[in-house]
Parts: sequence; C-alpha cells; structure tokens
Amino acid sequence: MTNSLDAYLVVSGILFSIGMFGFLARRNAISMLMSIELMLNAVNLAIVAFGAFVPALHDQASVIALIVIAVAAAEATVGLAIVIAIFRNRRTPLVDEYDTMRQ
Amino acid sequence: MTIPDAVPIIGIGWDDVLFVILAATMLGSGLLVVTMRDIIRCGLAMIVSFLSLAGIYVLLGAPLLGAAQVLVYIGAISVLILFAIMLTESKDAPTRLVFQTQAGPAAIAAIVLAIVLALTVSATDWGAVSERVRSSTDTVARILFDQYVLPFEIVGVLLLAAVIGGVFLARRELGDRS
Repeated sequence: MTNSLDAYLVVSGILFSIGMFGFLARRNAISMLMSIELMLNAVNLAIVAFGAFVPALHDQASVIALIVIAVAAAEATVGLAIVIAIFRNRRTPLVDEYDTMRQ
Repeated sequence: MTIPDAVPIIGIGWDDVLFVILAATMLGSGLLVVTMRDIIRCGLAMIVSFLSLAGIYVLLGAPLLGAAQVLVYIGAISVLILFAIMLTESKDAPTRLVFQTQAGPAAIAAIVLAIVLALTVSATDWGAVSERVRSSTDTVARILFDQYVLPFEIVGVLLLAAVIGGVFLARRELGDRS
C-alpha cells in the first residue's frame, strides 16, 4: 500500500475536500483560515508523493514543497492580521456578520 | 533482538501499518478541525493533523520536509492561529451556530469532489512511477541553493513583506483606546 502513489494521492484528495468543506461551511473567519491551511497541506502531500515516486521529480519536489510551506506561512500571517483588524472594528469573528458593503 | 519484517499477527509490513495509522489520524483530526464547536479544540486538532502529516513525509522519504513541517506549521503557524483565536474569542461564540446556512450543499460538494478525485487518481496511469526513493538532505540543499536560488530569495522577500504587512494591519491606531 505504501508503495503505490495512488494511496497517497487519495489521502491528499480527501484532506483537500475536508478543507474545502470547512472553508465553505464554517462561520468563523479563523476556522476558514485553518481550513485553508488544511488544503495547502493536502497539496503539499501530493507534491511530496509525486516527488517520491516519479524519477524526474525526486529532489525538486522537496524544494517546491519547502517554498509552498514558506508561502503558506506568509499567507497565514497576513490573513490573521486582517482578521484581527476586522475584529477590532466589528467585534465579531463571524464572517456572515461582515455585511457593511451589502447595505 | 531483531524486529520482524512484517507485523507478527496481521502479516502486513510495518510501513503499511504506519501509513494507515498516520493517514487515519490526519484525516480524523482534519474532520474534527472543520466540525468541532469549540474553536480552541479545532486549533489543537489541527496541530495533531500537522504532526501526522510530518510523519507521512518521513515515511515518504523526505525527512527534511518533516522537520520543516514540525518547525513551521506546529511551531509557528499553529501558535499564530491559537493566539488569533484567543484574541478574537468572545464569550458567546461557541454556543451559537458553527456552520453557515450553506453547510449542507458544501458537504455534498466536498464529498463529490473527494469521490471524483479518488476516481481520477485511480483511473490515471501516472507513467514512469518507480519505487519509493529517499531524497537526501544534501541533494535537496544543493538544488535549493543552485537551481532554485532565485525562488528562494523571492520567498525571503515575500516573507519580509508579509511580516511588515501583518504588523501594519494588526497594529492599534494611535489614540485608539478600545
């Protein structure tokens, strides 16, 4: 089982779907950010799995995954700062109450 | 005393057992992240999910990535998210609705996406798939600082810009006493 690429890719796809569900369904902005992290992790797992099994990608995959991790860190920093800035103005972390522009 | 090649009673390899345990832990705690009511517990479940993913990286033969996963995700991003949770937590938040009204269609869409992805993956022939190969840290470092040195520098600048932007966005305005 561990010697087939399919198992890792299926696990990665399921994790991505879980993250997508969380992003679409949760009301809390930080929960949505956590779901984005789950999706990024799923993509990283797919990259590393391809790197371990496809000969042309053996070492490049680790480098690409490292860069993805760094970009994810940058994304989390800016995203959480935006959530905190909005929270300071609106006093709520729930995204469906951010409706100023709808009125 | 030597460890046998396969698990004694079940008769499958240690790698497979480890993979099943780690993948089940990762997916289970991932589900807890998106479904639990108390958001602090969601954050802690996310740490468990990241940790088992680091285990899968090591199992895949990329120990450097496992270490980076533990350092960056568990050490930095999780702590950042937990701090943000504690800064934005209000008393009545956990008792109210956790999901939006579109949660049902979102669940259906997610299940359909998972099934489609699984079918696509198992139906596709991935071509030149070899046995698992360990990527040595030495080679990764050589490629990172030789072939990929420009992306590496750009990521450094991006991180700097993100940190400055984060400080600017989250900073309290002068004279703001709330």
